[in-house]
Amino acid sequence: MVEAFPIAFLFFAGAALLALLPKGALRAGVLLAVPLVALYLIWNLPEGNLFSAQLLNVELELMRVDRLSRIFAIIFCVAAFLANLYALHVKDTVQQVAALAYSGSAIGAVFAGDLIALFLFWEGTAITSVFLIWARRTEGALATGMRYLIIQVSSGVMLLAGTVLIWQESGSFTFEAMTLGSLGTWLLLASFGIKAAFPLMGNWLSDAYPAATVTGTVILSAFTTKLAIYALARGFPGTELLIYVGAVMTLLPTLYAILENDLRRVLAYSLNIQLGFMVVGVGIGTELSLNGTVAHAFAGILYKALLFMGVGAVLYRTGTAKASELGGLHRTMPLTMIFCAIGAMSIAAFPWLSGFISKSLILSAAAYKGYYIIWGVLLFASAVTLHHSGLKILHNVFFGQDSGLRPKEAPVQMLLAMGMTAALCIALGIFPAMLYDLLPFAVDYAPYTLTHIVTQFQLLLFAILSYVLLVKSGFYPAMKRSVYLDTDWSYRRMAPAVIGYAALMIGRMWTGVTRFALRQLTDVATGLYKTHGPEGRIARVWPTGSMVLWVAVLLAAALLVNFL
Amino acid sequence: MATASETPHIALTLRDHLPILQVLIPLCTAPLIVLLGDRRVAWGLAFLAALLSLVVSFLLMMQVMDGSFISYHLGGWAPPIGIEYRIDAANAFVLLLISLTATLVLPFALRSVADEIPARSHTLFYACFTLVLTGLLGVVATGDAFNVFVFLEISSLATYVLVSQGLYRDKRALSAAYDYLIMGTIGATFFVIGIGFLYMTTGTLNMADMAERLAGQGSNRTVQAAFAFIVVGMGLKVAIYPLHLWLPAAYNYAPSAVTVFLAATSTKAAVYVLLRFMFSVFQPEFVFDTNLLLWILAPFALLAMFAASLIAVFQTNFKRMLAYSSIAQIGYMLLGISLFSVTGLSATMVHLFNHGITKAALFMAVGALVLRSGTTFYDRIEGMGRVMPLTGAAVVLGGLSLIGVPGTAGFISKWVLVQAAFEADLWWIALLIVASSLLAVIYMWRVVEILYLHTPHPEAIHKEAPLSMVIPMWIAAGACVWFGIDTSLTMGAANTAATGLMGGTDGMALTPTVGGLLGNGQ
Repeated sequence: MVEAFPIAFLFFAGAALLALLPKGALRAGVLLAVPLVALYLIWNLPEGNLFSAQLLNVELELMRVDRLSRIFAIIFCVAAFLANLYALHVKDTVQQVAALAYSGSAIGAVFAGDLIALFLFWEGTAITSVFLIWARRTEGALATGMRYLIIQVSSGVMLLAGTVLIWQESGSFTFEAMTLGSLGTWLLLASFGIKAAFPLMGNWLSDAYPAATVTGTVILSAFTTKLAIYALARGFPGTELLIYVGAVMTLLPTLYAILENDLRRVLAYSLNIQLGFMVVGVGIGTELSLNGTVAHAFAGILYKALLFMGVGAVLYRTGTAKASELGGLHRTMPLTMIFCAIGAMSIAAFPWLSGFISKSLILSAAAYKGYYIIWGVLLFASAVTLHHSGLKILHNVFFGQDSGLRPKEAPVQMLLAMGMTAALCIALGIFPAMLYDLLPFAVDYAPYTLTHIVTQFQLLLFAILSYVLLVKSGFYPAMKRSVYLDTDWSYRRMAPAVIGYAALMIGRMWTGVTRFALRQLTDVATGLYKTHGPEGRIARVWPTGSMVLWVAVLLAAALLVNFL
Repeated sequence: MATASETPHIALTLRDHLPILQVLIPLCTAPLIVLLGDRRVAWGLAFLAALLSLVVSFLLMMQVMDGSFISYHLGGWAPPIGIEYRIDAANAFVLLLISLTATLVLPFALRSVADEIPARSHTLFYACFTLVLTGLLGVVATGDAFNVFVFLEISSLATYVLVSQGLYRDKRALSAAYDYLIMGTIGATFFVIGIGFLYMTTGTLNMADMAERLAGQGSNRTVQAAFAFIVVGMGLKVAIYPLHLWLPAAYNYAPSAVTVFLAATSTKAAVYVLLRFMFSVFQPEFVFDTNLLLWILAPFALLAMFAASLIAVFQTNFKRMLAYSSIAQIGYMLLGISLFSVTGLSATMVHLFNHGITKAALFMAVGALVLRSGTTFYDRIEGMGRVMPLTGAAVVLGGLSLIGVPGTAGFISKWVLVQAAFEADLWWIALLIVASSLLAVIYMWRVVEILYLHTPHPEAIHKEAPLSMVIPMWIAAGACVWFGIDTSLTMGAANTAATGLMGGTDGMALTPTVGGLLGNGQ
């Protein structure tokens, strides 16, 4: 048996090896083998702090294995394997290396036992992932990547600042559950919140993910945000604030998701909604809800990846992912359509699919603790999810108005990856025990009771019905407020509209504030340039005489200070 | 090691002579180069001298790593009458940096100098280079105050000549060298005036002896004046912020190889002398009482960190930008001193080394760029990272270290400095350190953007620099990473040095661990 060593280093070694190997089968082997070997190792790891390293005077715990970190590491390995399989046709060294290093950093962060190690890997994910966006090599992708990087790195900086403050207080770097209070803990929460795409902090998500390469988006969707969920579950379980933050997250992006035309962006918004569920679970903080969060992260990575893969395959074949330009592709891409449908049904929590068994944990946890409003919000959000992430995509891409496009079916490795992911989604749904056994706490929960199934089907059927009605009556997707009033659930639909409007206003205010700040900043920079620029007073070449004058001044000052 | 003093014997081994060999080897090489007068032999001899110095300084380092020190009596005359060379962790560390840089720079210089200086001057160039090396090593190795001045002048005078050699590329090198001459001479004069005052009060020139006699002086005006003169005089050499004005021009117009060597070593040697005088000759308590740290050194250190970095941000010339960045980095070292704690001094010592190798890597990359594009103005080195991948990558690595990204040497020193600020409960200083690092992100990013995100300039030669330049450059760049991960050597030496320095007179005790020629430390 191999001695315990940081699994992340396996990925880094793999990434380094990739750069040296010639393009071709060998590389493909490394790309697929590394996650599998890591998965095998992680599966067999004993629990405990297995590896520590010395950095300066600080002991770094690089391998804290417990049930919470192990399940995240497992799903990260699975996701890395599937994403690499999906991307097997890509011959771009930069993307391949970045993908491996990125997944390695995420796994390293999950196993990090202290805040310093967490910070190092946290920044690692930021720096490696940006290459997946830059790999598109367009001017726009460059700018988007830059924005993404700045936000991600500032999250890391906040993490570091929080770490230092906490260390000042307690003298320890251990990363354990903490209660909000001191500035340090708030900084950590903000840092995690940025990565978890909290409301108003998560614009980078819908900005950056659709800008990455076809395969890059699949990889991006799995790690960064789920890492943040892990960090929240580890650091802030039971923080009530998170329940409300999460609930807002499940509603806020809904409107955008419905209106958006770029399907990858739709998926990014819906990813944000799914994160909301997980954050709520963390906030409730019971064993059931934390289990739910972890299970939902696990299942979410799979079905989200599946959807991104499906839309990515379409983008790869047709060159567009715009809803308005697609339609009727089921004729030539039937397999992709089926896989997408499985993904869509999973995300919408159809019984016997993975979303159902994980989402219902969180919903039940909310209901048991008496958060009925939150429960309602979550229920509503999951119904609307079927609209934008399920029906809208299936309808606009594969059915609906025929676009006349007759692309080839997706390439083999993509189909293979999608097929495996879809199979996992179904398997988890049918055999929930597979997932439940891995969860951090013992599960005493039966997802398949008659009430659950009937309620869920009612909800889903209503959602489908409303979608059909809306499309038939021509109101979809050009949403107006009147549409909401026409439907049965108008009182619930009002909420997103109002929130959407508020978000728009806040967004405008934000733009105004940033613009003002930018103008101020420009003024400051101009002022600095006047003094510090090449022609500025203090950067100019000085005559020898004035240099000497300075020496005299300083000597006088030194003498004066000494004699005082 | 203690055996030497317990059992006196005449026949000393070569090992006991290491302290003087450190200085003697390059000192004798310089006239040899001139006498032989052959261009090709000149380089070989200079390189041999540098290599031997490196070996010697490494052996010395190994001997004093445990916190002991070696006292070597020149000509067998025991101090305080005779001249003493005294090696402890603090100066062995700086000796190592200086000889290491010299050994790296010379292979680099072969092509760079051939490109920038006409062949007829080569012999004298290498002779001067060896003299600079002699001077710097001597300044650091000696334990005699006047000897410091002598070696300082040796290295300075030779440096002025080397800087002026940039005139073949740009005539302004002459005025830069002239300014440096004037300022350097003023600095040296102040320094020698300070030593004069000290001699007046104590009647001795041996630093350890001086320290002992000063201990009883209390608040003597002469001693206080001496302190001010020495700090300002050395401050000129260090390029403390308002006294830095000679530095940008000197670095910018000097030949590339000279800039590499100066940036990595000469200000560092001056910082060492400053430390040695502040903490070993004058006592830590005396320094603390004079308020000089609080009222002059600390504010100007902070000012340097920001003002010089801002100037660097707006520069349009890579080499000049790096010169300003050096001034800012010196600010960090002075900040470490003014925090006045063992951790603070460790930060200064380790930054001295780490910044030395970082700047060596960066300025070597500058030299490679000069070779291929003829100049270092941003608009002419556009896109060169694409056609010179190794050089470009070295710039990126060096830049990361300059910023202080974890995993690089620069991170280690900044981390220790931040720790020192926290120990002193000055968290706002820690914030300022981080904030000024952000300025480094800006000015390094500008360079990276220019090197990579533009199409290469058509007039430049689109070819990687020769291996003789790339290999030393990458040794330095690799060292930036190596010492960012394995800190046992750098942090170990810095900690030992800092503890010794903060110990004051205790660190300068008169009983040596190793006897010198005939003296044997009795």
